Amino acid sequence: MSDLSKLTIAAARDALRAGETTAAELTEACLSEIDTAGALNAFVHNTPEIARQQAAAADARIKAGDAPDMCGIPLGIKDLFCTKGVPSQAASAILDGFKPEYESTVTTKLWNAGAVMLGKLNMDEFAMGSSNETSTYGNAVNPWRRATEETALTPGGSSGGSAAAVAADLCLAATGTDTGGSIRQPAAFTGITGLKPTYGRCSRWGIVAFASSLDQAGPMTKTVQDAAIMLNAMAGHDPLDSTSADLAVPDFEAAITGDIRGQKIGIPREYHMDGMPAEIEKLWADGRDMLRDAGAEIVDISLPHTKYALPAYYVIAPAEASSNLARYDGVRFGHRAKLAAGDGITEMYEKTRAEGFGAEVQRRVMVGTYVLSAGFYDAYYNRARKVRTLIKRDFETVFAEGIDAILTPATPSAAFGLGEMNDADPVKMYLNDVFTVTVNLAGLPGIAVPTGVDGQGLPLGLQLIGKPWEEGALLNQASVLERAAGFAVKPARWW
Amino acid sequence: MSIDRDTAARVAKLARIRVEEDALPALAQEFNTILGFIEQLGEVDVDGVEPMVSVTPMRLKRREDVVTDGDQQDKVLANAPDAREGFFAVPKVVE
Repeated sequence: MSDLSKLTIAAARDALRAGETTAAELTEACLSEIDTAGALNAFVHNTPEIARQQAAAADARIKAGDAPDMCGIPLGIKDLFCTKGVPSQAASAILDGFKPEYESTVTTKLWNAGAVMLGKLNMDEFAMGSSNETSTYGNAVNPWRRATEETALTPGGSSGGSAAAVAADLCLAATGTDTGGSIRQPAAFTGITGLKPTYGRCSRWGIVAFASSLDQAGPMTKTVQDAAIMLNAMAGHDPLDSTSADLAVPDFEAAITGDIRGQKIGIPREYHMDGMPAEIEKLWADGRDMLRDAGAEIVDISLPHTKYALPAYYVIAPAEASSNLARYDGVRFGHRAKLAAGDGITEMYEKTRAEGFGAEVQRRVMVGTYVLSAGFYDAYYNRARKVRTLIKRDFETVFAEGIDAILTPATPSAAFGLGEMNDADPVKMYLNDVFTVTVNLAGLPGIAVPTGVDGQGLPLGLQLIGKPWEEGALLNQASVLERAAGFAVKPARWW
Repeated sequence: MSIDRDTAARVAKLARIRVEEDALPALAQEFNTILGFIEQLGEVDVDGVEPMVSVTPMRLKRREDVVTDGDQQDKVLANAPDAREGFFAVPKVVE
C-alpha cells in the first residue's frame, strides 16, 4: 500500500485486521514523513525507538486476533501530556529537560489499546495562545498556504503542532487539549476534525495543568469517525482525577448513523458578530442548509450572555493558571536560574520564573495573581464565576426547550499569517476563541468540522455544540455535516 | 480601574516573577488593556447568582484513607535541579 500515513484510523484498522499492512509499515511511513517535514516544526521530540517497539507489539497482538481499534495506529502526542521517560515540557523553557517518571492516564489508555507514539507535538507554551507563537520550540507552521502567495500561516493554537501534523499526514491522528478552543480552532485552521469532549470525560491526570476547571483532552483526526474511535480509547473514569466522570463510555463509533431527522439544531443569534467576514456568514448558512436537508429542524435561539464569555474566561483561566503554575519554582523539576552570590530563595523563585516563562505566560500568571489578590477577588474572580453560571444556564435553557445541538462558526477567520498579530494588543489575539470559549465555560462537548474554504483556498470550519455526555449524538450530527460538505481538499505539499 | 507602575511591580512580586524596572510601564499598559476588556463583566446583573464551583454537578469521590503510593524517593527527586542526600536542595532560607 502506498501513502500509508494518509490513511484514516478506520481505514488503517481495517487494513491491519485484513493483513493488508502492518503496524511496522504504518509506523515507518509516518516516521519518514516526519523526517522530511522539519519545516512544519510540528514534531519537537521524536520517539522512533518507542514507536518501533510499540508497532512490533501491536503487530503481534493483531496477529493473535482480538486487537482493539487503536492497535497499531501511529499517533502524535501534544507536549502537554506527560510521557514516561520522554521530554514533556508544555513547550516551556521552564520545563527544559523534564522527563516524567510517569505516564498520563489518557496516553496510558492509548498505549494499552495498542497505539504507537511517534513523538511529542509543538504547542503554545502551557497551552496559552491561539497561534502556536508562544512556544519555546518556535512556531509550528500550517501546511496550508494562501493560493496567491507563500506567507507562512499559523496552524492555530494551542494544539498547533497536533493540527499541522494531522493535516500534513505526518501521523494518523493526534491528541490535543482544549481550555478555550485549543483543539477546535487549530482543527478549523488546518481542515481537520477536532473534538473537545464534555468536561470530565477524559482524565486530566498527567496532563500539565493550565486552568483545571476548563482543561479537557480530546482527539484531533482526519474524519469524524476517527474522532469517535479515538475518543473511545481516551475516555473513561480515572480514580486519579477526582473530576473525571464515573460514567460508562458508550460506543461512539456506533452512534454515527447519519440519521438526524427530527432533531432540532439551534442557531444562536449572538454569534453573529459585528464585522464577521461574509465568507464565514456564508459557511454558517451553508451548514444550516446541510443539516436542514438531512431532516433536522433549524431553530433560532438566544444565548444572551455570550458576549461576556471571553471576559469571564480571561479572569477564570489566568486565575487558575496563576495557581497551577506556582509549582514551577526551580525546586522540584525543570529550570533553575543561576544565582548571584547572596541570592536567597525569593531571588531564586523570581529569576527562575522570569527566565523560564515566556511573555504571554508571565502576563497571564500576573493577571491571575491580580484578580485573585486581596481587594479584587470579589470584583473580578467571584463576578466572573457568577457570569460563568449564567453562561451555563443559557445553554441549559435552550437544551431544556428541546434543542439537540447548536451550530456556530468555529473561528472568526481563516488561518492568519505568523507574526501578523505581533503588534496587536493581547485582547485581539484572544478574540480567536470567541466562538469556542463558551463551550469550556459550560463544560459541554464541542466539535469542529471542516466544511469549506475561503477565497484564498484556506480551510474553514463549523462548530457543533452538544449536550453534556452526548458526544455520540454530537459525532453523529457532525458526520452529517462532514458528508454533506464533502471537504476533501488537502494542502499542496511545499515542505 | 487603572494599574500604575507601582501596582504592576506589586503584582510581579506577588507572582514571584522578576520584572526589570524599565519593563514596568509597558507591563502596566498591558494589564490595563486586559483589565479594560474584563471590565465589561460589570454590566452583568449577577444579583442572587451563585458563583460556579463545579461545571458538572458532581460530588467529589472519596476513597478509603489508606496508603496507595510511596517509596519512590529516587523518582520524586529525579528531575530536581539540585537534590542532595535524598532531599531537594535550595538556597539558605533561615539565617
